[in-house]
Amino acid sequence: MVWGKIMEIFKSDKTYNFMGRRLPFLGFSAILVIASFVLLFTKGLNLGIDFSGGTLIQVQYTKAAPINDIRELLSKNGAFEKAVVTKFGSDEEIIIKIPTSSTSLGKDIGDEVRETLKPTGNYDIRRVDMVGPKVGNALQEKGIMALSLALVMILIYVSFRFEWRFAIASILALIHDISIALGAIVLFNVDVNLDILAAILTILGYSLNDTIIVFDRIRESVNTSKENHLDAVVNESVSKTLSRTTLTSLTTFFVVLTLYLFGGEIINGFSFTLLVGIIVGTYSSIFIAASFLVQLNFSIENYRNAEAEKEKRQKEKDRIRAQFEQGMV
Amino acid sequence: MHFFNYRLVIFLLVTVFGIVFSIPSFLQTDEGKKISLGLDLQGGLHMLLGVQTQKAVEGKIKSVAATVKYFSDKEAILVEDLRIEPDYLSFILLDSDEEIKLDEMLAEIQGLDINKSEDLVYTIGLTPVEVEIVKDMAVGQAVETIRNRLDQFGLAEPSVARQGKSDIVVELPGIKTPQEEQHARELIAKPANLELMEVDELKSDQVYDLTKDQAQELGDIILEETGNPQVKYLVKQIPILTGSEVVDAKVAFDQQTNQPIINFTLSSFGAKVFGDFTAKSVGKRLAVVLDGKVFSAPSIRERIGGGSGQISGNFTVNEAGNVAIALRSGALPAPVIMLEKRSVGPSLGADSIQASMLALICGFILVIIFMIVYYGMAGIVANVALITNIFIIVAIMAMFGATLTLPGMAGIVLTVGMAVDANVIISERIRELLKEGKSVHKAIEDGYKNAMSAILDANITTLLVAVILYAYGTGPVKGFAITISIGILASMITAILGTHGIYEVLMPKIARDKNLRKWFGVK
Repeated sequence: MVWGKIMEIFKSDKTYNFMGRRLPFLGFSAILVIASFVLLFTKGLNLGIDFSGGTLIQVQYTKAAPINDIRELLSKNGAFEKAVVTKFGSDEEIIIKIPTSSTSLGKDIGDEVRETLKPTGNYDIRRVDMVGPKVGNALQEKGIMALSLALVMILIYVSFRFEWRFAIASILALIHDISIALGAIVLFNVDVNLDILAAILTILGYSLNDTIIVFDRIRESVNTSKENHLDAVVNESVSKTLSRTTLTSLTTFFVVLTLYLFGGEIINGFSFTLLVGIIVGTYSSIFIAASFLVQLNFSIENYRNAEAEKEKRQKEKDRIRAQFEQGMV
Repeated sequence: MHFFNYRLVIFLLVTVFGIVFSIPSFLQTDEGKKISLGLDLQGGLHMLLGVQTQKAVEGKIKSVAATVKYFSDKEAILVEDLRIEPDYLSFILLDSDEEIKLDEMLAEIQGLDINKSEDLVYTIGLTPVEVEIVKDMAVGQAVETIRNRLDQFGLAEPSVARQGKSDIVVELPGIKTPQEEQHARELIAKPANLELMEVDELKSDQVYDLTKDQAQELGDIILEETGNPQVKYLVKQIPILTGSEVVDAKVAFDQQTNQPIINFTLSSFGAKVFGDFTAKSVGKRLAVVLDGKVFSAPSIRERIGGGSGQISGNFTVNEAGNVAIALRSGALPAPVIMLEKRSVGPSLGADSIQASMLALICGFILVIIFMIVYYGMAGIVANVALITNIFIIVAIMAMFGATLTLPGMAGIVLTVGMAVDANVIISERIRELLKEGKSVHKAIEDGYKNAMSAILDANITTLLVAVILYAYGTGPVKGFAITISIGILASMITAILGTHGIYEVLMPKIARDKNLRKWFGVK
């Protein structure tokens, strides 16, 4: 069975030499991250109304929406000069974005647009979101706070449970994942609203989850196996967790993919971000996170010296090591 | 035979709990607590309103001025040049013999910051503490007022809650059409400040020549007639009575014109003030002012006792109804402005539910099939845990009366993907040990033991992120954080305790069977 053969790939006990090939992967990642940063600083994030303030109106027509007529009508009204009209999911449905919002409860922008559009045919206003500039700014601040706080908390927790190098490596991997996800968001022109922030934070949690599983295995191998070569320990640990990493990523990928395909237009940006995040997160857990650890921790020279030392004073070393690791776990 | 081990018992109890408490939500029964749908799923209006609290301070100053005027008129104390500025009022006391009497009266009003000059020029403001109290009460009162109005409007389950220092969140799930929405918004926004004011008959002819500042010099203000801005009235700046003395207001119809009018009733204090005023002002005109517009200015023919009056104007029946509701429920102590609005039509909400349910079911089936194909019986055990997990999420959300939003749905979908993770980790460990040639019993026990630290660390870090999302998120993001958190916690019970319990029961059978491919997908 073909399926069975695919399954065997996951089931194999082979140890792959990930660390031996880490430089090409790190290089590849560096290119992606740099490209993402270039996109972020040149094109920039497409901030949605949640963060920039403004009005968003979703209109559904009974037949194909007359986008040109709508644009023309809106442009006649000075207040809607900067309105952007785009299709939304289907020909019948459109989104109108206006960078301003109104503070009056009486007649607001939504009501005005409704009246302006009257000559364009039969339609139903399905959604009106209006965010004032004050709220937008507050949300922006909160978003940045949430992201920074999450990173700090992770740094503290991982340092406490593992060691500071593990914490730095996992944070670097997270920055790697989030940069690339943000790069994809810029590239595909996704509107950055609250849901995208939630998606980014989810990627943070998800990718960290993956990385931690790998690191846990490395920690365990360092504690239990007789293998002293870090590269080998890392290779073995990453290989042993490989089936788990791929499996969980696949199941999560499946469900997010269904969300992306069937979840409707509103949740599209959210599921798209998650899809990118899952792919990047899985890739970084396998190829990047542990590489950072190796990169941070050891040069081969130091390691050889340490090994010679180890052989000389094996017994003593064992005792110290046992003590040291008890303190760590 | 030890069928019931403690793990299985806990798991079964939790499962029963999950099923029992999620039934009302799944079947949408009338009784029992169930998950309510968020506005993005059922349609409705969500608004974040800002209360302009500074206006409430101005209002307070105005009412102190009215009190000073009423008191000085009643006690025949000569007070001159009484005027109102945004944050203080001032007047000159002409007769120094009355100083003690006046000061006693003022001392009864709390929170005043009174300055007196040598020649008895009074400047009265509010103490900083009082300013804070007034602002705070204004928001509280605005919440009450808006709630009252919406209740009388007859919408299902309006929710009005204070948020932060000066903001109010209003949620109206019952709104179906844009027209209804606009109507509700207008009702909320109506300040409904009723003021009964005295027309300054002496200078009334000059009204069209005076500027705003000149009028203020005279202690008057210029007001326009409603619906007819050319007609102007010069009225005394200090109102005789304000809407706070209105106890009831009803729509009626004028017997001659058949136009809708509003009859209002004053409190006993209001009735007394009104009676006193009309008695000494026969022949003068009384302006009925609503939200800064003169609705009518009838001449007073005789003392009006009984404390009732009427507002007439070119109302439609709808408008008159709104004004009456607004008067009954009290004035907004300060104007409110819209900071954020999210309105979702019911059809969009239904579409979103359908789409996310489809995603949930498809994702769920995919995961279940995948687990069975890959792990065999172990996959089925993991699936049992997964299904229970969904029940528990729904049950816990129902118990806390949480609302399910679209991001919340996404959270559940994502949880389905991630909840199997713990079982994947455990099963992988068990398989490793089996391959090493360990006995089934030892492989299962050690598999759980070895997997524990990874599962705990991974879940705790995800939980940390979820908590931060909850703390810093607003509405929809919070919903996502809640479902993710509940999902993680529930998966600890189902995936770790539950499946372990099941294996303990199955252990003798697996050991006898020796078909590890069937049980764990290994040869």
